[in-house]
Amino acid sequence: MAEVNREAEGYVDLRPPVMGPGQNFNSIAKKIGDIVLMRGFKKGWVFGFMIAFLGSVMMFNTIAYLVLKGVGIWGNQIPVGWAFDIINFVWWIGIGHAGTLISAILLLLRQGWRNSINRFAEAMTLFAVACAGLFPLFHTGRPWMAYYLFPLPNTMSMWPQFRSPLMWDVFAVSTYLTVSALFWFMGLVPDFATMRDTAKKKWQRVVLGMLAMGWRGDARHWHRYETAYLLLAGLSTPLVLSVHTIVSFDFSTGIVPGWHATIFPPYFVAGAVYAGFAMVLTLAIPVRKFYGLEDFITMRHIRNCCKVMLATGLIVAYGYLMEAFFAWYSGNTFEQFMMKNRMFGPYGMIYWLLILCNVLVPSLLWWKKMRDNLFVIFIISMFINVGMWLERFVIIVMSLNRDFTPSAWRMYYPTIFDFTMFFGTVGFFLTMMFLFIRFVPMIPIFEMKSLLPEAKVDERKVKELEREEGRGPIGSSPLPQYGD
Amino acid sequence: MTTQEELIREEALTTAEGGGNYGLMAEFDSPSAVVAAARRIYGEGYRRINAYSPFPIEELSHAIGFHRDYVALCTLICGVLGALGGFMLQYWTGGIDYPLNVGGRPLMSLPSFIPITFECTVLLAAFGAFLGNLLMNRLPQPYHPTFNVPSFARASQDRFFLCVKSDDPMYNRTKTRAFLESLGAIEVSNVEK
Repeated sequence: MAEVNREAEGYVDLRPPVMGPGQNFNSIAKKIGDIVLMRGFKKGWVFGFMIAFLGSVMMFNTIAYLVLKGVGIWGNQIPVGWAFDIINFVWWIGIGHAGTLISAILLLLRQGWRNSINRFAEAMTLFAVACAGLFPLFHTGRPWMAYYLFPLPNTMSMWPQFRSPLMWDVFAVSTYLTVSALFWFMGLVPDFATMRDTAKKKWQRVVLGMLAMGWRGDARHWHRYETAYLLLAGLSTPLVLSVHTIVSFDFSTGIVPGWHATIFPPYFVAGAVYAGFAMVLTLAIPVRKFYGLEDFITMRHIRNCCKVMLATGLIVAYGYLMEAFFAWYSGNTFEQFMMKNRMFGPYGMIYWLLILCNVLVPSLLWWKKMRDNLFVIFIISMFINVGMWLERFVIIVMSLNRDFTPSAWRMYYPTIFDFTMFFGTVGFFLTMMFLFIRFVPMIPIFEMKSLLPEAKVDERKVKELEREEGRGPIGSSPLPQYGD
Repeated sequence: MTTQEELIREEALTTAEGGGNYGLMAEFDSPSAVVAAARRIYGEGYRRINAYSPFPIEELSHAIGFHRDYVALCTLICGVLGALGGFMLQYWTGGIDYPLNVGGRPLMSLPSFIPITFECTVLLAAFGAFLGNLLMNRLPQPYHPTFNVPSFARASQDRFFLCVKSDDPMYNRTKTRAFLESLGAIEVSNVEK
C-alpha cells in the first residue's frame, strides 16, 4: 500500500527491482522448487560435484594421514606453532560471517533485497564454520581428546580453564554453528511444506513432509514463527560480532608484536564481512547463471554486495594503516621491527600482495561500470578471497617467525600436507554447497512470495470488500439466529 | 441476545452435526480478500477460527484476533537461564570446585568470564526461540484434519484459507456455510476429522 501512495505523490523508485518482472506465486515456487524436485542431475552439476568431491577425498586422506602420523606432517614448528591451520580457521570463520550478516543484520534493518540470497549465504555459513572447526580440532594433535575442551565431569576432577581465550573460542564457534543451523533450518520449514504439497513422487512427499514437520501455514503459527525468526536474527547479530571478536582475542590477548593491538576486534569483524561477501559473490554469480536465477538474484543484489564489500574493504584498509601507525607511535622497538619486517622482511612480498588484493584491486568498485560487470566483480571477489587469506598469513606467521629474540627466529615453510588440507576443505565446502543447491531450495520461496506486490494486503480494497460482503445472507443481521 | 436455553439447543445441534467434522474451510484468492473475510467473521462473533496462508500476513493473524504470542517471553527466560548457567559454570568449576590460579588472576575473574557467559546466553536463548516456536505451535504434527481438504495443498502455494471450527459456540453447519459463501469465497468445504 505504501508503494501505491508514493506513486500517487509522484515518487518513483529509481532503484532496480529486487525481482525480475512477470513472476507470480506459482512461478516462484516452480522455478525454485524444480531445481530440487527435478529428475536426474544436470551434467554441469555432476561435473562440478565430482571435482569438489575429489577435493573432499583429498581432505579425508590428509586427515587420516595426519591422525596416523601427527601434526609433524605440517610445516608448523617452534616458533611458528600456529600456521596454516589457524590461518585457515580464521579465514573460514570469516567467510561464514557474511551469511549471518545477510540473514540477520539485513533482516533487522528491513532490507528486503536480502530475501533471495539469505538462504544461500546461511548455507555458506554452516559449511564454512564446519570447515573452520576442523582445523583447531586437528591442530590439537589428539582430536580424540577434544572432549577435554568441554566441561564434562571426569575422574581427574579437572575442568577446562575458562580464563583462556582458546576456551572462549570453543564456546563461541560451537554456539555459532548451532545457532546458524537453527536459523537455517527454521527458515526452511515453510519451504519444505510448499515443496511437500507440489512434489509428484510419494517418497519425496514423505521426506519433505517429515522435514516440514506438519507445517500448514496457520496464521497463529506464522505469527509465532515471525517472532521467533526475528528474535533469532536479533540474537545472531551480536553473536556474529562476538565470534570474530573472540577469534581476534586469541591474538590480541597475547604479547606477540603485531598481535597485541586494541584495533583487532573491529578490524577482524570488518575483514570477516569483507571476505564473506566476496565468497557470496564468488558462488552466487556462477550459480545464478547456471540455474537461470537472474530474476531472483538481480543486479541490485550484486551491486549492493559490491557496495558492502567496498565499505568493509575501506575499514580493513584503515586497519592496515592503523597497524602501521600503532607500531610507529608505540615507540616500542619490537612493534616497530615487526612492521618493518612485515613490509621489507623475507615475507615482504606477501604483505604487498595483500595490499594489492585487498586494497588496490577492490578500489575498482568505486566505478559504477565495474559494479555492473559480472566478470569484473567475479575476478575482484577472487582477489579478495585470496587477499583475506594472505592477511591472516601476514598476521599469524610474520609475527611469530621473528619475535623478540633473534636466536629464536626461524622461517616457516608449509609442506604439501598444509596445502592438501587447505584445498581439501575448499573441496569439502564446495561438495556441501553442491549438495545444498541440488537438494534444498536455495532461495526462500515464501519470503520471495511475500515480496510480490500481490502479496501485500491493500487496506483500501479490504475496506471495500468488507462493505460489499455485508450483503451476505447471514451477514446482514448483526448476530446469527440460533437453532432453526 | 440469546438466552441460556437457546445456547444449549445450539450446542446439542452442533454436536450432532459436527460430530465427525472439524469445521468449515473457505478458500480465497488474495490476501486482501482473506483479511476482509476474516475481519467479517471475527466481527460476526466467531472466535474458534483460523486462517492459513503461504507466507506470513501480519494483518491476517490480527484479523482472527491473535495479537500476542509468548515466544519472546520463552526466549527471555531461556536467555536468562543461559546467562546464569554459563556464569555459574565458570565460577563454580574454576573458583569453587577446583580453585585455579591462572597468572595470579582472582578466582572471580569477571572480565574473563564475560565471553562464555554471553555465548551461553545466546545459545540458550536461540534454543528458547526455536523450541518455543515449535512447541507452542504444537509441531511436529504429522496429521491434522485440515489436510483432508483436497484443495488445502494450495495453502502453501497461492491460496488463502479461513476455517471456522465446529466447536465454535456459533457454529452451525448450514448457516456458517452460507455466511462463508457470502464472503466471496471461491469454495467452502467440510473439514473431516
